[in-house]
Amino acid sequence: MRRGLAIAAALGLLALPWLLHAVLPANQAGFWMGNILGRALVFGIIAMSLTFLATYGGFVSLAQMMIAGVAGYTLAIFVEGAVPRIVGGAGYALAIPLGVLAATLMGLLVGAIAVRTRDIYLLMITLALSMGVFRFVETNITWFNGYEGIRNVVGPSLWGLDFRNPWVFYHVTLGTAVLLFAAVMYLVRSPFGLVLQGIRDNPRRVSALGYNVALHRIAAFGVAGFIAGCGGVLATIYNIGISPGTIGLGATVNVLIMAVIGGLGHPVGAFLGSLIFTVFDTFAATIYDRDRFNTLIGLVFLVIVLASPDGVLGVGARLRRLLTRRAADK
Amino acid sequence: MSITTTRRATLLGSAGLAGAALASPAIAQRAPIRLGGLTTLEGPFATGGQDSFRCVQMELERINSTVGGRRIEFIRESSNAQADVALARARKLIEQDNVDIILGPLSGAEGIALRDYSRTLTGKTIVNGSSGAADTTLRNPSPNFFRFSTDGTQWMAGLGNHVFRNMNIREVAVAAGDYAFPYAQVFGFNIEYCRAGGRVQHYWAPLGTTDFSAQIAQINRSSAGAVVVVHGGTDGLAFMTQYAQSGGNKPLIAGSIMADQTMLSARGPHRRVMVGMISGGPIADVIDDPTWREFVERYRRRWLNEGGFQSPSIHGVNYTTNLYGILHALREVDGDLGNNQEAFQRALAAARITAPTGAAVRLDHNRQAISDIFLNRIEERDGRAQVVAFARAEGVNQTLNTPEAQFLALGAPSRDNPGCVPAAS
Repeated sequence: MRRGLAIAAALGLLALPWLLHAVLPANQAGFWMGNILGRALVFGIIAMSLTFLATYGGFVSLAQMMIAGVAGYTLAIFVEGAVPRIVGGAGYALAIPLGVLAATLMGLLVGAIAVRTRDIYLLMITLALSMGVFRFVETNITWFNGYEGIRNVVGPSLWGLDFRNPWVFYHVTLGTAVLLFAAVMYLVRSPFGLVLQGIRDNPRRVSALGYNVALHRIAAFGVAGFIAGCGGVLATIYNIGISPGTIGLGATVNVLIMAVIGGLGHPVGAFLGSLIFTVFDTFAATIYDRDRFNTLIGLVFLVIVLASPDGVLGVGARLRRLLTRRAADK
Repeated sequence: MSITTTRRATLLGSAGLAGAALASPAIAQRAPIRLGGLTTLEGPFATGGQDSFRCVQMELERINSTVGGRRIEFIRESSNAQADVALARARKLIEQDNVDIILGPLSGAEGIALRDYSRTLTGKTIVNGSSGAADTTLRNPSPNFFRFSTDGTQWMAGLGNHVFRNMNIREVAVAAGDYAFPYAQVFGFNIEYCRAGGRVQHYWAPLGTTDFSAQIAQINRSSAGAVVVVHGGTDGLAFMTQYAQSGGNKPLIAGSIMADQTMLSARGPHRRVMVGMISGGPIADVIDDPTWREFVERYRRRWLNEGGFQSPSIHGVNYTTNLYGILHALREVDGDLGNNQEAFQRALAAARITAPTGAAVRLDHNRQAISDIFLNRIEERDGRAQVVAFARAEGVNQTLNTPEAQFLALGAPSRDNPGCVPAAS
């Protein structure tokens, strides 16, 4: 039943562009596909790396946007055509895996550094790491071109299809998101995922059973780093480059907001949250006053979190419980 | 046969007349031009961003939002000075709001991001707001990106020669922030000063430095005849305060963001050393020019009671200068943006305008402004410290009037490439 639902949802997302083009004028359909849905999927992937850690491991990490940035910067440093040329010479076929690998290693490193911390301390140490990397890339000219960042990362052409075309971008992003989502769902049912959930519930008992808790934690951060890296590569191509602001405090907190309003109960929450965030971030100024649009964004997030502490996902669960109780009462 | 007019007939008649009067220009007028405005209304640059929209609104009101027989619809968006946010907003303006032209952005990294985005567009034009990174137009320029305002390197033009020739100082200490904008400014100063024969000692400090005491002690002991300070915001305030407290008495020369009302209105010992300080830039509080006086007058009338400054900010003036470029070109082509804006872009490239400061502006082959730069001194006037222009360097281009190939060969400004190249003897 759930699998059927998931497949139906994926098919629906696949057909969505045609639907948009049927109901909207051409340029607006392109905008919704590339800059609302495409952007929501990209940041949904990065938010999912946080949701994965939070839901199955109980680790709320603020380093995920920074890790995505590591992938983005690695791509920008090695790929041919980026401005300024730092190393260059590599095609996208080589630079993209390098970026994802760098992000995975960064994820492992963050996991190793934060291995003994929990809760608020974990939050603080991952935030400190992100801000450290942010300041470093902002001030380092030789490798990261400082404040201006590295631009003109236009993305590859796939079999003559240009990545700048919103159709191509949307479908590649959707494919990546679906694959990563399926991988997460598979992983959490594997022995590794079960141990991870055991660590979330009771680390002592898990270690008494003979599992190495620290190693599992670091590996989970590595997996999350891989996911964030995929998102970071896509985000860099989407933004035609990367600047320090991409991994600044604002961006870091945005990823947390997406994960929380979507709901930390299931990886799909990351994409729901990211879609809601993107829509409001884009249209708040149109709906509400242009000088005060952040107020509206803040209010919407407050209402969601107050009405349902476990995000949008929680609303669905609440409704279901309410209905089953109604049915039982009859 | 008497003619009687009933009330109904009168009403209907006048309504018909009014309707005709309203409808006739609507027939004559074509669809409005959609102008997107992008500035920074969040974060550290928010006050400058607000001021830029103030000035744009004022100038649009002045022409009744009509140019070349078409109305201008101004659609505002704001970023937080981050490149990818500026890019998201620009995409919304172009694709969702369907604007023809974007006026913006405010800061350097955003400018470079939008230049790259503009390259992917056809039939749309981005005209800079007040971003001042040199590379936006100097290296890999985009055919759809125009800048009628000057960049951070240009803002120091004339300063090096003034220090060497008029102040007779043969050696200076440069105290500057260790990031892109100060690099560009130091480069602009050094190009002239070292060519004239001056010697430079550099003292770099990272962004966010609060304690300059060691550097200041070294500077005070050195043989430098003056100190060139290129720090921004709170760093600048900290440097000046500590320099005053250390009893520093060398003449001060400042980057464009140091000689600024936010610095001058802050209380503290730095005010004592800042009076008499020399700086360079695209504007001053007091410029002996009728165009500027008239602009300041209008600005005060319109905004002083609505949160405006005593005189327009650097961002407000830069946005206005770029708006003038747009309006001039629209008048030239009579509001015609057809044929993928080809005629409009040609008119932009050929535009010769006068900035609010009275400076003449024209564009070079990279669509970058060649314009006047002011040499300023801080003086006490009307009981407050003000930035007063005492000279102007005319027609400064992006390579500070050195041959372009030679300038580009020097490479991008950085800590290791501060532009101090002695003249070939």
